Amino acid sequence: MRRFFGEILPLAMAFFFGTTLALQYFFPFRFAQTYYQTMLQWVIGVASMAVIMAVISFIRYNFRKIFEGRDSFSASVALIGFLMMVGLGIFSRESGSLFDKMYNNVYVPINATMFSLLAFYMASAAYRAFRARTLEATLLLVAAILIIIGSTPIGTLLNMDSLTAWILNVPNLAQKRGILIGVGLGAAATSLKIILGIERNWMGGR
Amino acid sequence: MHISTSLWTWLAAALTIGVFSFLYKDNPFYRFVESLFVGVSAGYSVVIITANSFIPNLWNPLFKDGNWPYLVPMILGLFYFAMLSKRFAYLTRIPFAFMIGGGAGLALPLAFQTNVIEQVKSTFLFNPGYYKSLGAFIDAAIIFIGVVSILLYFYFGRKRGTKLGLMPRIGVIFLMIGFGASFGYTVMARLALLIGRISFLLGDWLGIIR
Repeated sequence: MRRFFGEILPLAMAFFFGTTLALQYFFPFRFAQTYYQTMLQWVIGVASMAVIMAVISFIRYNFRKIFEGRDSFSASVALIGFLMMVGLGIFSRESGSLFDKMYNNVYVPINATMFSLLAFYMASAAYRAFRARTLEATLLLVAAILIIIGSTPIGTLLNMDSLTAWILNVPNLAQKRGILIGVGLGAAATSLKIILGIERNWMGGR
Repeated sequence: MHISTSLWTWLAAALTIGVFSFLYKDNPFYRFVESLFVGVSAGYSVVIITANSFIPNLWNPLFKDGNWPYLVPMILGLFYFAMLSKRFAYLTRIPFAFMIGGGAGLALPLAFQTNVIEQVKSTFLFNPGYYKSLGAFIDAAIIFIGVVSILLYFYFGRKRGTKLGLMPRIGVIFLMIGFGASFGYTVMARLALLIGRISFLLGDWLGIIR
């Protein structure tokens, strides 16, 4: 029973849904399109149900922390924030609602400030990491400095716009394309391995 | 100078200062804001995913439209709850199989088409636009050499004894320039956010600047 539901059925399902969804791409029939649309909706639906499980895990984790007295202050604040947002979101999510105000005046400012804080840490980390010791580090440093200066009014004053645009449109594009092709080949190979049951890490390392 | 009288603006300003206080050192005010952010962002995600994904894709087709085949994804999704029991935790592999198998099937042709075929087509020097001027041709040739050398570095760069000459090394040079450009852009994006927060504090909140 455990072997069937824990191993054979999941592998068969991955093979069936993987094969059919990959093959529908090559068949321009109405049936294939309907199948694709339905499966897409099913995938989104099943994925969204995982959120309910995530909510349960979040609440359990924080309650455990409170009852065990481990960092109970942080856990309480996180739980209150979570329940408040969910509670407000159930009633109304329209523009001007309390949920919307919480989003604009709590979530957005903290999120933007957290990311802006990274500017300080990136600067100090960059100083330590990019000291021009090798040719590669020098190139990285020079490209970064040119892009930074070129994106500011000083860059326009120094007529660096065309140089910045060239770096972005030529060597940077070559790098992006090289990485995209590598990622595409890797993704296709991994997808094939999952469909054929060669790659089974998603089953818990078996 | 016109200090804001809105309670919401004061709240946003207090939270902003709370995050910036970490620049001095870790403190209880920062930890409060950090925990609040964890809770609020989790709550926001749950509400948005439920409203935009779960209800229109599963709940409405099944319970509103009476589309019974949608019982299948609902049952598949219910298997996630097996995670709550150690004895039956293995049953969570069933929805995972659907998600991962389906995702792999969708990704296989799409990843190959968009990331490989289209990129290779654009890189090859067949496009008539590349021959309109000497500058355009040189740029296209540089991109071609860059892409080929990067791929050679990815697939053969670490093997010893390959007769590829300088190509993998040229690939590394292109990679470094690209990473530098991405880093520069990221720094600028973060600085723009920082300027935005400072202008919020000095403008919207304190009214010192317009």
